[in-house]
Amino acid sequence: MDLSLRHIRHSYDDVEVLRDINLEITQGQIVCIIGPSGCGKSTLLRIIGGLERPDAGEVLQLGEPPADCLNPLTYIFQDFALLPWRTVEGNVSLALEDHRLGAAETAAIIEDVLARTKLSDFRAAYPRQLSGGMKQRVAIARALSVRPAVLLMDEPLSALDSQTRELLMDDLIDLWEKENYTAAYVTHNLAEAVRLGHKIVVLSRRPGEIREIVEIDMPLSARRADNPELEAIQAQLWQLMRDEALAADRELVDV
Amino acid sequence: MSDKPASDKPPPLPEDARPVPFRGGGFRPKPKRFIGPLVFIGLIAFWEFGSRVGFISALVLPAPSEAFDAFMNLVHSGLLWKHLSASLQRLVLGWASGTALGVIVGVLIGLFSLARSSLSPLVSAIFPIPKIALLPLFIIWFGIGEGSKVATIMFGTFFPTVIATYGGIDNIDRGLIRMGQSFGLSRASIIRKIILPGALPAILSGARISAAIAIILLVAAEMIAAEYGIGAYILLAGSLMATDQLIAGVAILSVLGLVIAWLIGKAEKYFLKWRA
Repeated sequence: MDLSLRHIRHSYDDVEVLRDINLEITQGQIVCIIGPSGCGKSTLLRIIGGLERPDAGEVLQLGEPPADCLNPLTYIFQDFALLPWRTVEGNVSLALEDHRLGAAETAAIIEDVLARTKLSDFRAAYPRQLSGGMKQRVAIARALSVRPAVLLMDEPLSALDSQTRELLMDDLIDLWEKENYTAAYVTHNLAEAVRLGHKIVVLSRRPGEIREIVEIDMPLSARRADNPELEAIQAQLWQLMRDEALAADRELVDV
Repeated sequence: MSDKPASDKPPPLPEDARPVPFRGGGFRPKPKRFIGPLVFIGLIAFWEFGSRVGFISALVLPAPSEAFDAFMNLVHSGLLWKHLSASLQRLVLGWASGTALGVIVGVLIGLFSLARSSLSPLVSAIFPIPKIALLPLFIIWFGIGEGSKVATIMFGTFFPTVIATYGGIDNIDRGLIRMGQSFGLSRASIIRKIILPGALPAILSGARISAAIAIILLVAAEMIAAEYGIGAYILLAGSLMATDQLIAGVAILSVLGLVIAWLIGKAEKYFLKWRA
């Protein structure tokens, strides 16, 4: 299933945050959306998943999601959004309970996603007992449990320290190698974008418009942090963003 | 390389070397066991001593031992259980119904714009009215029997519960609700699995306050022609100037309050074990 964004436009009260966004999210690709803070990247992601209604324009699903897919557009949030009163297992099962799958199938899915995210030993732990990286892995397990067609990730690594971020990024890459998931990945971290993105969309400062779309052909597994080609792309992206970021930094925030 | 961990070699100490003064710590009271009961015992012992020696006149305040004698009289006459069961029944009925209704209305105010704009000013307007002032009305509305007594307690516990409940719902992390929506959870599921558990800590601390209010109102409720009840016992003792009985009755209420607070503490431990 592909997604197509057509002429998306959005304002909060009088403040225009997104202006004429046109973007294709193709199956099996990770699309990274970067831009200075306050440029409307998170708003755009909420619009893509149907959590917010744009003032104009539309997000189209091209093709049907796979038949076994329970929740086609599934988010992974920056702050993990785990229920503190549920265990790891309970948090995953929350996403499944409304689908009436039967106890055996639910248990099998939970078993499977916890194994894939290496969380099987922590199934009875509460979120407060877990580190930030583990919490985000629980959120990833929960997202995988509904077999999404497109993963919508809103700065999933930004709340983590840099070592954990590195580990979790490797996990995301491994996972992509195995399952070829489709994703829209919002971040302000250029290094993450060049490591994970097949396509990198650079937004301008508010009102957010697409300034540039950079495609990287190198396979994800071949991308190392010190690869000169990636470094060149990252420098190029930084050139694009630098002035925008500087100007955005000096704006007053009213929204 | 040696096996020892690396460390800087300290330089020779100059004359004016001194340790950095400590200025952290504090601001964090910890519960100390036995101090609480010790204060109680100390105070009562002092009181008893004062009465025996005579600088606390028996007319002003009866000795604790006299109040205890009054209490034992109550026990031996078999009246204690009669008073206590009558009061407990009113307390439980009034508090439970007030809390249940309060949670329901609080959830409505917390979730629906119409309920919020219509009911929350009403709650603010009625909450501060002393319920004792409404007793005559309650008697007319609910009769002179148990109805008006239960209604007084119910009315008194309803409002703090409403405020605690919708306050708790207002404070739920919007991100969790958005998460529920993003996984396609039904409205009922979001309320049952995200909103109610999220508001439970606030509801339980509201229950602490409303339980205390219920005990306060018990005495008021039993001013209405009650034959039995701790409140009725205290009122009768008061009108006969039987201060030893009065103190005994008040002590019973105080113990009742302690027991209820302990029970709610247990409930918090059980339901909120995820909070650590």
